[in-house]
Amino acid sequence: MAFDSGSAAFAPWEDPGQKPLISFKSVTKRFGNFTAIDNLTLDIFEKEFFALLGPSGCGKTTLMRMLAGFEAPSEGTIMLDGQDIGPIPPNKRAVNMMFQSYALFPHLSVADNIAFGLKRSDMPKSEIAGRVEEMLSLVQLSQFASRRPHQISGGQRQRVALARSLAKAPKLLLLDEPLGALDKKLRQETQFELMDIQEKTGTTFVIVTHDQEEAMTVASRIAVVNHGKLVQVAPPDRIYEAPNSIYVADFIGDVNIIKGLAKPESDNRYAIQWCENHAPIIGTSQHAFASDDICHFAIRPEKVSITRDRPTDRTNTMQGKVLEIAYLGNISTYHVELPTGQVIKAQQANNRRISRRSFTWHDSVWLSFTDTAGVLLSQ
Amino acid sequence: MDLRKLFLILVPYSWLLALFLIPFAIVLKIALSDYAIAIPPYVPTLDGIGNWSDFKTFLSELDFENFIFLTEDELYWRAYLSSAKIAFLSTLMTLLVGFPLAYAMARAASEWRPTLMMLAILPFWTSFLIRVYAWKSILSQEGYLNQVLLWVGVIDSPLMILNTNTAVYIGIVYTYLPFMVLPVYAALEKLDDTLLEAAEDLGCSRFQAFWLVTVPLSKPGIIAGCFLVFIPALGEFVIPSVLGGSDTLMIGKVLWEEFFSNRDWPVASAVAVILLLLLILPIVLFQRNEQKQREAEK
Amino acid sequence: MNRRYSWFNITSLTLGFAFLYIPMIILVIYSFNASKLVTVWAGFSTRWYGELFQNEAFLDAAWVTLKVGLASSTLATVLGTMAAYVMVRSGRFMGRTLFSGMIYAPLVMPEVITGLSLLLLFISIGLDRGVLTIILAHTTFSMCYVSVVVSSRLASFDQSLEEAALDLGCTPFDAFRSVTLPIITPAVLSGWLLAFTLSLDDLVIASFTSGPSATTLPIKIFSAVRLGVSPEINALSTILISIVTFGVISASLISKRAIARQRREEQEALQV
Repeated sequence: MAFDSGSAAFAPWEDPGQKPLISFKSVTKRFGNFTAIDNLTLDIFEKEFFALLGPSGCGKTTLMRMLAGFEAPSEGTIMLDGQDIGPIPPNKRAVNMMFQSYALFPHLSVADNIAFGLKRSDMPKSEIAGRVEEMLSLVQLSQFASRRPHQISGGQRQRVALARSLAKAPKLLLLDEPLGALDKKLRQETQFELMDIQEKTGTTFVIVTHDQEEAMTVASRIAVVNHGKLVQVAPPDRIYEAPNSIYVADFIGDVNIIKGLAKPESDNRYAIQWCENHAPIIGTSQHAFASDDICHFAIRPEKVSITRDRPTDRTNTMQGKVLEIAYLGNISTYHVELPTGQVIKAQQANNRRISRRSFTWHDSVWLSFTDTAGVLLSQ
Repeated sequence: MDLRKLFLILVPYSWLLALFLIPFAIVLKIALSDYAIAIPPYVPTLDGIGNWSDFKTFLSELDFENFIFLTEDELYWRAYLSSAKIAFLSTLMTLLVGFPLAYAMARAASEWRPTLMMLAILPFWTSFLIRVYAWKSILSQEGYLNQVLLWVGVIDSPLMILNTNTAVYIGIVYTYLPFMVLPVYAALEKLDDTLLEAAEDLGCSRFQAFWLVTVPLSKPGIIAGCFLVFIPALGEFVIPSVLGGSDTLMIGKVLWEEFFSNRDWPVASAVAVILLLLLILPIVLFQRNEQKQREAEK
Repeated sequence: MNRRYSWFNITSLTLGFAFLYIPMIILVIYSFNASKLVTVWAGFSTRWYGELFQNEAFLDAAWVTLKVGLASSTLATVLGTMAAYVMVRSGRFMGRTLFSGMIYAPLVMPEVITGLSLLLLFISIGLDRGVLTIILAHTTFSMCYVSVVVSSRLASFDQSLEEAALDLGCTPFDAFRSVTLPIITPAVLSGWLLAFTLSLDDLVIASFTSGPSATTLPIKIFSAVRLGVSPEINALSTILISIVTFGVISASLISKRAIARQRREEQEALQV
């Protein structure tokens, strides 16, 4: 599967000449007997919007807290701009953090919260007011400058926290679940605002989140973390379209997994023997499999078409019965049960406003997909 | 149902009216009466008032003589002043001792906190009088403190601590310490740790973070603790009379002596009325602080 | 993490609790001193305990104190709970501000003033001073403490529980008895305990409101203490301190165990 990232696109990680802004070198962090981060190596580049994605307890927050300086690695080093930041205390690092709870000082006004870090820096007093004003207008909160944190809404609080952590123009901004406390609609709006601000200020952002949609929306690269290890580090489209493991495929979005035996056909084409009395699935893989290797064919529901009649132009077809229909407005998801008992999810966009519902429960339907629609995973 | 509600309101209401408010009216009335060698030892009394003119003569016999007397006699205003000074300074000292203790309790590992809380509360349940008394054998001339200091060689001859104001300060700090520790602890315990991390992240040293975040945010607790110590300390009687000397002037003691030794009820009542007036301001401030706290928590 | 065990915190805890406890520990140790001189150790002896139990006056005073404590704390609990319920649940009524003022004022009132005013009341209505007047006085100030303790519990509990009871067919009184009361019981009990302790502890108010017929233990201790340090008082103090220590420790163990059990049950429920 050829991936075209676009030559002009922002992709410093593909350029071996680029020096990373942050690099984790074989970092391990233990809390007592518990290993939170396990021998992790990772480079993050300047101006990246980098997302650490994983379930709670996977170690992503520990990674971030090590960058901020609240935790020290048990082994390994963390370099920022070529300098080992291990011995530098949090208040001396050119790194700022936006806390999940926002951690706004309740006894200070919005403006004083934003000025808090500036007053600790060597910025001359005369310039602080101007910088605060600048930050307030960046997050569109100029008229709330004298309010206290409890006098503004949750979304506004989130923006104050962002302005406060950006005020000192850090080399690196850490965002710990920055949108977790907002409702869905506001969260989506704020995601675009965040991207906009990141672009305007040119700051490197590292965001921690458990929300895969959020990570997909904002990030230039995503690191999927599990059990203290990096499972995959790649841009969102690659993570989604070319996951390197069942774990990633399953964690990001919806996926059908079919287990079978690989039979190499040609180049990177494989026939996947997945069921005794059914034609094999034909798929392609960048990754080589030997004959009779156990493999998992992963395919996204939206890449599976559903039709009443058997299509003639598709490589893979299978018949089944509609088990469930989930109408989501823009799309409908069909759960189709194959004669083998396996359930495959197929999605169809609801393009017309009022269309005749083509399928209903217990209808016999055909599922089909091309030979490049899915990926083959070994584990 | 309404009758039941009325009953529910009326019983505690009338109890408090009869045994709290009316007694104050009586104190006020006696404060305006004159001393008499009689039983009760003041005139006029309310007995035998049958009609309006009797009541008018009764009213006309009331005057502010006792209050004028209080201002003229140096003893009283010096007692008020010295009570205020002792209460203020000992509140400050209690804060100095109590804050680090409350801070350390709040910073302790969470599995230790209930035990530490229990240790801080336990003295509060123990008899006040006994706790004051315990210092008597420590502070006396041949007491344990002097024994230790002589043995270490810090001093050559025993210090005179018992029966001085120093002993009163120690006694107040000791007995009222839990009143300071508990509200301060409550405020510090609520303090969100991420606020301190945020302060450090924004460039504060730990010490700066303490002054700029911890102290301002524990202010309501500090204020509550200070009032809880200052208000009762101002009218304190037991501590100055057990640990203080004859020259320890505190208004609670003066009132007690005026009443029990001199049997001058009108003057004792006037002393009480003025003490109450002095306390109104701190009490109102305290209530406002509590109110603000409650609203902030909503 | 490491900040939690800094030397500063450990020093503050050690010094703070040493300050709080050393005087009491010394008192307890020297109650077993054989010598009459309290400041000189002359060997272990339980002599003063024996003498204390021979002392009729102390035993009488203890009995009076216990009677007053039990009666006033029980009365104060009933009145205080009523007052708390009125404060939290009755909404607006005539004189509510005065009522809440009268609840809170005794908490901060100097004891000398409360004592003096009650004494003057008892004299002007011609009530002879004795056990009854002390009970009345103690009930008055301790009911305010009870009402503060109970009302904070009442205010924090979910009123929809009462509404659910009404919805399921309870009369208001039934709802109070079968839902509200069980929930506030721990607060009522601790209110009672507080009232009882305050009554046992009180010297000033009792001194004003007692007559020659009724002397409480604190009055007795105070008159002895004023004269100087006596080993008998040390013995008495030790007994009182032990009772309180035992009570507080067992109460905290019981609540600790209850919390642990609740946690365990919650965990088990999750595993099912």
